[in-house]
Amino acid sequence: MRIDGKGRIDRTRPVTFRFDGRAYAGYKGDTLASALIANDVRVVGRSFKYHRPRGILTAGSEEPNALVEIVGPANQTPNTRATVQELFEGLAARSQNRWPSLRYDALEINDLAALFLSAGFYYKTFMWPRRFWEGLYEPLIRRAAGLGSLSGRHDEGVYEKAWAHCDLLVIGAGPAGLMAALVAGRAGADVILADESSEPGGRLLSDDGEIDGAHATDWVARVLAELASLPNVRLMTRTTVTGAYDDGTYGALERVGLHRSPRPNLPRECFWRIVAKRTVLAAGALERSVAFEDNDRPGVMLASALPSYLNRYGVVPARRVALFANNDSARSTARSLMAAGVEVVAIIDSREDAPDEPGIALHKGAQVIRARGRMGLREIMVRAGGREFRVEAECLGVSGGWNPSVHLTCHLNGRPRWSDALAAFVPVEGAVPGMLVAGAANGSFSTHGCLAAGAEAARASLAALGVAAGAVELPQAEDAPYQIAPLWAVPGKGRAWLDLANDVTVKDVALAAQEGFRSVEHMKRYTTQGMAPDQGKNSNVAALAVLADATGRGIAETGITTFRPPYAPVSIAAMGAGGRGMGFAPQRILTSDQASRDRGAPMVEAGLWYRPGYFPKPGETTWREACDREVMMVRCSVGVTDVSTLGKIEIQGPDAGRFLDFVYTNTFSTLPVGKVRYGLMLREDGHVLDDGTCARLGDQHWLMTTTTAAAGLVMRHLDFVHQAFCADWQVRFASVTESWAQFAVAGPLARDLVTSALGHAPDLPFMGCAPVVVQGVAARLFRISFSGEEGYELAVPTRYGEALFRDLTARAETMGGGLYGMEALNVLRIEKGFITHAEIHGRTTAFDIGMEKMVSGKKDCIGKVAATRAGLVGPEREQMVGLMPLTGSVLTAGAHLFAQGADLVRENATGYVTSVGYSPTLHSHLALGFLKNGRARHGETVRLVDRLRGVDVLCTVTDPVFHDPKGEKLRA
Amino acid sequence: MRLTCPLCGPRDRREFYYYGAAEYLNRPAPDAAPEAWDDHLHNRDNPAGLVQDLWYHEQGCCSWLKVTRNTVTHEIVTVEPVAGGAA
Repeated sequence: MRIDGKGRIDRTRPVTFRFDGRAYAGYKGDTLASALIANDVRVVGRSFKYHRPRGILTAGSEEPNALVEIVGPANQTPNTRATVQELFEGLAARSQNRWPSLRYDALEINDLAALFLSAGFYYKTFMWPRRFWEGLYEPLIRRAAGLGSLSGRHDEGVYEKAWAHCDLLVIGAGPAGLMAALVAGRAGADVILADESSEPGGRLLSDDGEIDGAHATDWVARVLAELASLPNVRLMTRTTVTGAYDDGTYGALERVGLHRSPRPNLPRECFWRIVAKRTVLAAGALERSVAFEDNDRPGVMLASALPSYLNRYGVVPARRVALFANNDSARSTARSLMAAGVEVVAIIDSREDAPDEPGIALHKGAQVIRARGRMGLREIMVRAGGREFRVEAECLGVSGGWNPSVHLTCHLNGRPRWSDALAAFVPVEGAVPGMLVAGAANGSFSTHGCLAAGAEAARASLAALGVAAGAVELPQAEDAPYQIAPLWAVPGKGRAWLDLANDVTVKDVALAAQEGFRSVEHMKRYTTQGMAPDQGKNSNVAALAVLADATGRGIAETGITTFRPPYAPVSIAAMGAGGRGMGFAPQRILTSDQASRDRGAPMVEAGLWYRPGYFPKPGETTWREACDREVMMVRCSVGVTDVSTLGKIEIQGPDAGRFLDFVYTNTFSTLPVGKVRYGLMLREDGHVLDDGTCARLGDQHWLMTTTTAAAGLVMRHLDFVHQAFCADWQVRFASVTESWAQFAVAGPLARDLVTSALGHAPDLPFMGCAPVVVQGVAARLFRISFSGEEGYELAVPTRYGEALFRDLTARAETMGGGLYGMEALNVLRIEKGFITHAEIHGRTTAFDIGMEKMVSGKKDCIGKVAATRAGLVGPEREQMVGLMPLTGSVLTAGAHLFAQGADLVRENATGYVTSVGYSPTLHSHLALGFLKNGRARHGETVRLVDRLRGVDVLCTVTDPVFHDPKGEKLRA
Repeated sequence: MRLTCPLCGPRDRREFYYYGAAEYLNRPAPDAAPEAWDDHLHNRDNPAGLVQDLWYHEQGCCSWLKVTRNTVTHEIVTVEPVAGGAA
């Protein structure tokens, strides 16, 4: 219910929202949780395994119970913590893990069968018959257990990712964080202050405390105003720092649009990577519960959540509240509630020596032994001094002490230290390089302690950066000592919950210990304690204390499981922002792209490039018809295709020739100016890296081409060889792939077409190159061919690419030729036995592809020594061959080769197929492949088998060059 | 992880391409024994502690860098350019 005059909500702005289809009212500034409490909604979800009714436990991001689905027009977000979801007009939420409704849940029967559903039950129960696991048991279990559901549709929401850099990152804007940011901000440091909440202030907003004699929120407002006036301070609210990584890098998730009605261009979330020279972790502490029978009933909450709901949102969950604590912090909660008119019926304090609290029924040395009220707490059973009695209350606030939020200090393998005085784990110094921990996160639980520690951490961080911080006066605040007597679980027979989110009880942990899972990591995996969305924030310490007790060890000795990123759940969509669909990889677009698309060419991906597959003509119904026509066009008249995707590297300098001799297997330094040579490049381990042509444009000026796929690889390789082995040679190179558009003109009429385009005959010998002028533009002409026909490649600066492409196309068409695409290009090169990276796939050598003679004996080169080592040459190697089917069957790449009559088992595979195509020239399907001792086996028949695609064909082994083996057409 | 490129300054690891052990810098003579070439090409220690490996500032200055780092603490000890005597 709502309490008049309390809370930081805006009562002038009512908001309507829906929960499970029903309309409710709240205010701007509410969370979904506070608005549900205002509307007296007690049950908000069903538990993971037993389907027990659950209410709201906390007021923060650690909430284990109140997980709901947020249903938007384009998104359905499961497992949203109602305590974090801010209210906006039209918000629609739905409870989870119940059917048919939250009130009547068919699987509540699991709760009655609890005896059989203890830790590890599915490992023991669903073992036979084995084949039932995948088909029956697992789907059943998955249906019965679980949290929210996905919509099954793509998330079309907008997400962002961003980088930020700063001198000092302050994580958490409570008293310690605000003080740290103030000290560093005044000193002029570049500060980022990140806070998870919608509003900075931390516990100061929740507790009724005072600073400098006035309400603490006045001080918060003053500090925020000053920080806002400092240009060197960035305040990031709704931003959870989720992970600490090497060298001062932090991950953070900002809720940008989740607190308001969706808008088309408003990102839902932004995933930040923040690089900080220094960090102050002021993440505060999380209160923990105490386990007792049925302590999961709706209405049992953390004591500290009550003042949060009262003072931030002006709501209380009940008129009659009881408190159960083992430390002093519930006392201020009681005073706060009573001041607001809430009846505090009892404080049950487990300490015999607890301090007195006038005006409240205080039971010392007492324990709550049971909660009653299935759909909402009605009463609690208390045991004190051997006596048991009932206390009627609709809400019980429990405080089992505080756990410093050490999570981020553990992300780089830091292990927190157990403090007996605090009965909690505290961070160790230096766990994350550059990070200091201040305030409650470091075990200083008083307001004064937080303010002082925050200021000191900022000063020390700045000193490490060489920045002097001026004196900042510490404001006055309470400095009460923290007194606690540990209490983890109240002894009793019934089920007492440790991990509410995954339904893990004290008995489960004891059973794990009994069955030998004594290590905390084993217990965690056996019981699933700590593996729910809250990652054990509410249960880890109590669970390991119970384990320590069950195994007769101390807590420090038992240790704690590892905290890993993320601190709070991060949506995959935010981490992968921008990477969906076409955002997955950049697109490289040819200058001829539009011209090709205008002709209906389907584009195929080649690395990041998009290249035309073929150019369909009216009446053609399959790609093969177009491909066959384009192949015959090149063989009989002339074809034009865009080859700009090939890597182009300009190499200059007096030592360029010498350098090329070192990276290529063959010799280039002797190549005359105006000539082009085919070259082979090896890796140092003797396998082929890449192939391509290299043209000598001038005495000290060369142009290397690489394959499309390996352009980046070759550039990296050249840089390595140069910088590692011959940095003193005078040679420099630059990638010019994007600077030139280059088009291949191939076929018997290629010379006529080039003549027509240039206005004069090209007059180039085979493998010649020359500067030319095409329609007033300085261009480069190469006589090279990847088709086996007389071929030229004409290169112009990129900005003229599209015009030249359209011009060459028009000229070709008037001559009976036209465009050809990747499919035809591939068939043409297979007919000629030219290799691509299908053949030089990283495991083949120069010997394998029949080019061992290209490895010059007269000079050293990268890969030369290894290329001749034992095992890389000889008849045992699989050598490149051609394959022609005896019948007209289709061949498939990836098929394996077997001797006729051999059993089709892996051991008998004697080779494989790398490239296939249908040759309209030879009226046959053709393949290139590798066959053991293949060069000696031309004419033999082998069996080609592809079991995946049901191909089983006898083939004749041939030379890889099917068409024009003497190359007469090339040199015509 | 961040590397301080000698030319560009501190940069995120995403700008770099990782290659492998700095042993690749110690290319044996062409007539060295096969064992020397095997060691150079294939045989690597996998120490817990200090290692030296090669990184390429592919999205920066295209320098090849020899990085000395600690695989246990993740400390980056030195980042030196390969060119100019690192071999």
